[in-house]
Amino acid sequence: MCTVCGCSDGKTSIEHAHDHHHGHDGHHHDHDHAHDGHHHHHHHGDHHGPGHDHVPADAGLLDRGANPAGQTIAGLSSDRIIQVERDILGKNDSLAAANRARFRADEVLAFNLVSSPGAGKTSLLVRAVSELKDSFPVGVIEGDQQTSNDAERIRATGVAAIQVNTGKGCHLDAAMVGEAYDRLPWLNGGLLFIENVGNLVCPAAFDLGEACKIVVFSTTEGEDKPLKYPDMFAASSLMLINKIDLAPVLDFDLARTVEYARRVNPKIEVLTVSARTGEGFSAFYAWIRRRWAKLKQTEMVAQG
Amino acid sequence: MHEMALCEGIIGIVEDEARKRSFSKVKVVCLEIGVLSHVAPEAMQFCFEAVAARTIARGAKLEIIETPGTAWCMACSTSVEIKQRYEPCPSCGSHQLQVTGGEEMRVRELEVD
Repeated sequence: MCTVCGCSDGKTSIEHAHDHHHGHDGHHHDHDHAHDGHHHHHHHGDHHGPGHDHVPADAGLLDRGANPAGQTIAGLSSDRIIQVERDILGKNDSLAAANRARFRADEVLAFNLVSSPGAGKTSLLVRAVSELKDSFPVGVIEGDQQTSNDAERIRATGVAAIQVNTGKGCHLDAAMVGEAYDRLPWLNGGLLFIENVGNLVCPAAFDLGEACKIVVFSTTEGEDKPLKYPDMFAASSLMLINKIDLAPVLDFDLARTVEYARRVNPKIEVLTVSARTGEGFSAFYAWIRRRWAKLKQTEMVAQG
Repeated sequence: MHEMALCEGIIGIVEDEARKRSFSKVKVVCLEIGVLSHVAPEAMQFCFEAVAARTIARGAKLEIIETPGTAWCMACSTSVEIKQRYEPCPSCGSHQLQVTGGEEMRVRELEVD
């Protein structure tokens, strides 16, 4: 991907003739966008076809076909192929599993809130934690690139919050959440809200150990956002449509938004709320209580 | 740019394999990336070079094999191939699709010295 304009001839297709004349710091390449949706990323000869049969590009150097187990063949080359078959996110996933086990041990229901910047995650949380704190122990982990502003807004409600600054990072990962959870008071049988970095792309890939992701979408964003950023809507169990009080002035089309979200994720649940007026929050709390009751039930079954 | 974090994960795997299987140079890192996964292959190429620079994988080539997206259509009870998450079932047009493949992000193999 080009870091200047974000273009990529892989997943991104751009509807204009495209010459790059800007400087790419640290790397120099020519973009030759075929724009045909066909992906070729073999920068090393095309011997890894779908059949993946290791036909050597140069038969005189290395017999890959005879060498799948990693032995070297004397006299030919010391090169060898090592089968790895490991998930790139394996380390994060194992840390997320450890977080999940801790949440389970503490009987804590954890939600990972994701959205684009400005959708209203923090305002929504400020209202929710203020209204839930008398019923549940509540804690919040706030993720932002910089500042502790969001954690301070949460703490002002009397609820414990830990701010994680990701610096240049564009998402929270399971290690950050594990560390932040250590610093929260014990949430025995309570709720943990993890507010991810405002970004509809990167946080989709990183499991934090949460029970589920909640995507906050606001009426100011345009109905087709679920189609533009499908990964996040596919990864979320609930879509909270915020700023619903603005819907009349925006000519917001709720039915179309829901239809687009369900194209990407047929199972996604949808609730409409306004963090400003409080509209719709009782339904959100009812949803949380249902999830909480389900968690208790699963634990009782697990404990026999 | 989460590809940077993913590339750090790749280097972690390579270094771990190097310790276990005693090699000191990596020539090719071969990935298997599903078309429905969270990766832009071009971004991966760019980040890999930067992340690999001071590691055992310095100068290694990154090969990316894209695996197809597959889904189970709940409406017509067939397994179908899709290129994007929001695509309808190519045979019946329904959006009631359950993704079954194409989300992989794996290091498949290494060519080492």
